[in-house]
Amino acid sequence: MQGVVTPELVKEHNLTEEEYQRVLSILGREPNITELGIISVMWSEHCSYKSSKIHLKKLPTQAPWVIQGPGENAGVIAVDESWAVAFKMESHNHPSYIEPFQGAATGVGGILRDIFTMGARPIASMDSLRFGTLDKPRNRYILEGVVSGIAWYGNCIGVPTVAGEASFAPCYDGNPLVNVFSLGVVRRDGIFKAQAKGVGNPVIYVGSKTGRDGIHGATMASEEFREDSEEKKPNVQVGDPFTEKLLMEGCLEAFQHDWIVGIQDMGAAGLTCSTSEMASKGGVGIEIDLDKVPQREEGMTPYEIMLSESQERMLIVARKGTEEEVIRVFKKWGLDAVVIGRVTDDGLVRVWHRGNVVAEVPALCLTEDAPVYDRPQRRPVYLSEVQRLDVGGIPPVEDLGDALLRLLASPNIASKEWIYRQYDHMVRINTLVLPGSDAAVIRIKGTDKAIALSSDCNPRYCYLDPYTGAQQAVAEAARNVACSGALPRAITNCLNFGNPEKPEVMWSFAKVVEGIAEACGKLETPVTGGNVSFYNETMGKGIYPTPTIGMVGVMEQVGDRVTQCFKREGDAIVLLGENEGHIGGTEFLEVVHGKVAGMPPPVNLDYEKRLHRLLVNLSRERLITSAHDVSDGGLAVALAECCISNDSPVGATVELREDIRPDFLLFGEEQGRVVLSVRPHGLPSVERLCKEAGIPYQVIGTVGGGNLEVSWSTGRISVPLNRLLEAWGTGLTRYLQ
Amino acid sequence: MIFGIAVFPGSNCDHDCHWVISRVMGVKAEYVWYQERNLEGLDCLILPGGFSYGDYLRAGALVRFSPVMEATKEYVDKGGLVLGICNGFQILLEAGLLPGAMMRNRGLRFVCQYVHIRTERTDTPFTCLLKPKEVLKIPIAHIEGNYFADSDTLRDLRAHSQIVFRYSSPYGEVDDAYNPNGSIEGIAGICNERGNVLGMMPHPERCCEAILGSDHGKRIFESIIAHLQGLRG
Repeated sequence: MQGVVTPELVKEHNLTEEEYQRVLSILGREPNITELGIISVMWSEHCSYKSSKIHLKKLPTQAPWVIQGPGENAGVIAVDESWAVAFKMESHNHPSYIEPFQGAATGVGGILRDIFTMGARPIASMDSLRFGTLDKPRNRYILEGVVSGIAWYGNCIGVPTVAGEASFAPCYDGNPLVNVFSLGVVRRDGIFKAQAKGVGNPVIYVGSKTGRDGIHGATMASEEFREDSEEKKPNVQVGDPFTEKLLMEGCLEAFQHDWIVGIQDMGAAGLTCSTSEMASKGGVGIEIDLDKVPQREEGMTPYEIMLSESQERMLIVARKGTEEEVIRVFKKWGLDAVVIGRVTDDGLVRVWHRGNVVAEVPALCLTEDAPVYDRPQRRPVYLSEVQRLDVGGIPPVEDLGDALLRLLASPNIASKEWIYRQYDHMVRINTLVLPGSDAAVIRIKGTDKAIALSSDCNPRYCYLDPYTGAQQAVAEAARNVACSGALPRAITNCLNFGNPEKPEVMWSFAKVVEGIAEACGKLETPVTGGNVSFYNETMGKGIYPTPTIGMVGVMEQVGDRVTQCFKREGDAIVLLGENEGHIGGTEFLEVVHGKVAGMPPPVNLDYEKRLHRLLVNLSRERLITSAHDVSDGGLAVALAECCISNDSPVGATVELREDIRPDFLLFGEEQGRVVLSVRPHGLPSVERLCKEAGIPYQVIGTVGGGNLEVSWSTGRISVPLNRLLEAWGTGLTRYLQ
Repeated sequence: MIFGIAVFPGSNCDHDCHWVISRVMGVKAEYVWYQERNLEGLDCLILPGGFSYGDYLRAGALVRFSPVMEATKEYVDKGGLVLGICNGFQILLEAGLLPGAMMRNRGLRFVCQYVHIRTERTDTPFTCLLKPKEVLKIPIAHIEGNYFADSDTLRDLRAHSQIVFRYSSPYGEVDDAYNPNGSIEGIAGICNERGNVLGMMPHPERCCEAILGSDHGKRIFESIIAHLQGLRG
């Protein structure tokens, strides 16, 4: 099939005039329609990172414990001499808006494939979700669909969903974010890569048959939504977690042998992406025969087969002579497995169909030689306006106890049990700290060690100041992991933004990358991979800059783990860090005063690093009974969470001595603070370690009683536990059935 | 002593059961592939949780046609012990080895959480070490766990004391408030008339180590092992 390429077709494929000229000069001729499809999808923003590449180079990616940095399906860090973990986060925003259930489900399927493609068995997932406010039925529909989609796929395949976050803001109306993270465990000598090697080696297709679903999914993710976006439903893929389970078991079984040279999953851009990336990384060519590709529908064109995003498929390059054995393993698991081509030495991706070559493109043209842009940037005008905040003009709040209850009932802060109860978070029996604490803790069977996971981003901060907001996201994620007793080691991320062709969006993006680079450098948590999701705009309205950080920490001994809730009456309550009453950008300001304004709280990275190491030491010395990061809603909310996020809630009496305006003292969000509970006899040791670390320390109260009682120089609040529980427990469910 | 753990396409608690039997209980465990027809030599067969065949059609509906389920019927007739957990329970119902059926949870959503169950019967191989009315803290994780039986079947179940576990409060009160899925009479687990087949929705293999939040599930595996040792004299 050699259709004629017209200027209209070029435009439909989202290629600019300059990009098309570049195609002509690389090929030295006009492409046919199949080649146009192949090139345009590989040059889409989603696959090529053409707008973000030059910025992402600034991120630190190395450390002695990093085994695999960016560029493979997932990053890998060492756990001990024998074991490592592979992890990655990815967005599935666009499909989840159009079809929430399948969009989110196939997001989970995709990230799981990225993990087991590395040779790792997935043992934990988490999800970072953003929706419009729940007073709108459409947003409730999207939330319910996304959560059931994640539950359906993750529960069925048997990988626990152990942590995550969900937050709500009007900017996510029409642009929900679904960022899915997964982590797997792998022997350090059993890591696989997405490289084709060895001329003559067979290229094997395994998994589901190829259908017409999901064609142009990657292209869809590289455009803004318009009014007709609903019509893009057929671009959303349909998941089959049962087949993926078989595919996962088949791959993990095949990896046990010395058969596999390289492997790549077929996600975005399907066969096109897997063949060109494997060839390009291995410095070889690949030729495939489409007649051999298992197909679900009749009469598919080469264009359709190459661009299909049918799920649950893998491409394997095996050692010559082992193909029969590889195929036998997948047949045992009831899957198609067919040799569809071979590795060549000419650096070309060559596609055969019915005896003819229907596409022949240099692999490098599709990957390394894709266009790269340094898009224009301009500081957004809105910034100066929203950053201005007349602090003195904020009216005082009469009933601070009531304000606390309103904050606890804010869906951003309220209990997320309605969500995580729908996820199997215990399967594989490794989950030592269940959802609902600062970080989930997962043991690594066969070792004494555990992994702590947290995903974080405060989009409001990033909207008010992208650079500080990004630093804060990294610092908070690290703090959460450290609170659980694990040393923060590395991150993956999803950078969710609007249209990069708008200079304001590009400016924010560049600032966010700088902020992450600075924070990850200082905190020694390199970036081992992630993804960028641009074009999160509907009808020209974009989202807050939302750089979601997925942090992974390593805990030396499973017994070191600490959770956030108070455990026993009589324990002393210790505050690390200092109260300053920073009110700009807070949840309080938005919930109580309806304002999103001011500068977000600054982040002191050197201080944070000392704090995180102190927390790890405190847990190793078994000196603390709980540790909870002070974040959204400030100190009063953190204290309330310490009291009620337990099976058996317990009260607390707290006295604050700072001479700060009470509403700011209770609900300010200055960074670097942690609430600990400590057995009274342990206080001197805790104080000594804090002094050594240079972290401010003060005893602020005692655990016990049936109320949360907080007093300051001029007043006090006292709220019964059942009222705190009711507000926090129903904050989300009051909008849902 | 050997425990067999069935592996169906889509089983996902098979590894967990293997870990518990071999590493926690210290007894030999072997995987049994779903196409196996020979169960000789096994002292107990576990049908683990998961989503066999993706729960397509109905949970457990397709697996009952697998060779290993044919073999399981003979194995049960000969008195072999079979423990079906979660999807394993659903499979036992579909295969006709236990009476009744599963419906979607009340509330129609998947539910994963700790619950409490009260032991209703202690003279089965699976509960012989438990005390009457003993309460276990144990996780559930399912979307089709709303057990239903018609009134005749229920009467039979009661007449033959086949109800082994009911959802309860931490103190053993059985009440709708503690029923997580709408299951009739709060039923969490039942056995066959002969007492050698137990199906239960909660996951005992998920609570055999204190580090995971409960080790009450061990009581069930200890019972099975004690029963088997007793048989050997």
